[in-house]
Amino acid sequence: MNIDSIQNGYVIDHIHAGRSMELYRYLKLDQLDCSVAIIKNVKSQRMGKKDIIKIDQLISVDWEMLGYIDPDVTVNVIKDGKRVEKKQLEMPDQVINVMKCKNPRCITQTEQELDQIFFLADREKRVYRCHYCETAYKRG
Amino acid sequence: MPRHLLNITDLSMEEIDELMDQADDIMKTPEKYQDCMRHKKLATLFFEPSTRTRLSFEAAMMELGGNVLGFSEASSSSATKGESVCDTVRTVACYADIIAMRHPKEGAPMAAASVCPVPIINAGDGGHNHPTQTLTDLLTIRKEKGRLNQLVVGLCGDLQFGRTVHSLMSAMCRYKSIRFVLISPKELSVPEYLRENLQRDKVSFTEVERLEDVIGTLDILYMTRVQRERFFNEADYVRLKDSYILDTEKMAMARKDLCVMHPLPRVNEISRSVDSDPRACYFKQMLYGKFIREALLMKLLEVKA
Repeated sequence: MNIDSIQNGYVIDHIHAGRSMELYRYLKLDQLDCSVAIIKNVKSQRMGKKDIIKIDQLISVDWEMLGYIDPDVTVNVIKDGKRVEKKQLEMPDQVINVMKCKNPRCITQTEQELDQIFFLADREKRVYRCHYCETAYKRG
Repeated sequence: MPRHLLNITDLSMEEIDELMDQADDIMKTPEKYQDCMRHKKLATLFFEPSTRTRLSFEAAMMELGGNVLGFSEASSSSATKGESVCDTVRTVACYADIIAMRHPKEGAPMAAASVCPVPIINAGDGGHNHPTQTLTDLLTIRKEKGRLNQLVVGLCGDLQFGRTVHSLMSAMCRYKSIRFVLISPKELSVPEYLRENLQRDKVSFTEVERLEDVIGTLDILYMTRVQRERFFNEADYVRLKDSYILDTEKMAMARKDLCVMHPLPRVNEISRSVDSDPRACYFKQMLYGKFIREALLMKLLEVKA
């Protein structure tokens, strides 16, 4: 499968297989006019299978939040056809208005327009907890 | 930014010691403090019923010479018209110097504190936290046992939704040589985040289902009520409500210096026959609650005697 190399943009590599669409939605890539390639289930020595996203434009991205969605990804910044930077992402200490608390007893279920704030409770186990009720956030 | 009390860990161990010393002094010489809150107002916003917490807060403020306003049920506030918690406290902050708030939703006092220009005290938020009960509990333990370290603390009953248990564990984790014995049915065991905190802080704990098996090893037995209001399913409540009943037979297996505590109200988890046992400390615990709340009000309003 051939996908053209990009001139100015990003190659988001080492995405967990199956998670590329989540990143696609978060980065609002559907709203871009430039070329965007999503490559799924690429063979990887390290991960077995991985996804890759290529974006042919240097868009503004909140990399911290991307670190929340998938902290294992690497971001290659491409300028004039060459890689000029390789970013390793980290899980942010706090995430605001990205996910919602699922505890039915939490104040965020009833209080209008309250920010949904989560803090990183355990970096090793990748656990985020609600700032208000301390319930762990579970994906899915 | 005003100083709030939302979680017991908002206070350092030194500050808790100071509060307990202050409470002791208020107990000994109440006349010294009788006017220190003159012209100050406490608002008690209770969106959920309470007897001890609300009345002890109000009595505390009155004994310090201050005044009290507020409501004791959500139905008598604009919450019934759909007013948000944040707007309610913005309003009340115009009329009071400090707010004690109880709410059935977890984290409600924290949400309120984010917009409130006066100190907010969490007087219980759903099944989450109850830091002023913990201050009461710590003062009780210090007075009855003479120390807050080197203790085997049994927590019995509803450990899942028991906010007093959650706050007490968070507080006692910080003292040396504490061992927790967590006694509950599996369905009502402590929330995962507390178990993780115990493991992280390397605090010794065991989880068991039978009180009889461990009561003889305890320095403190903290009983709790299985709370009907925390269940979405009545059948689950009925199945679990009588899991533990402390009676004279079980007390006979306990040590002579055991201290039995309960945040109250109780339903049937402590038999009335235990009340006359000198090891029953739960009525003294209520009294201590008023003095420690006096000390807390003074601290948050930066008032001296």
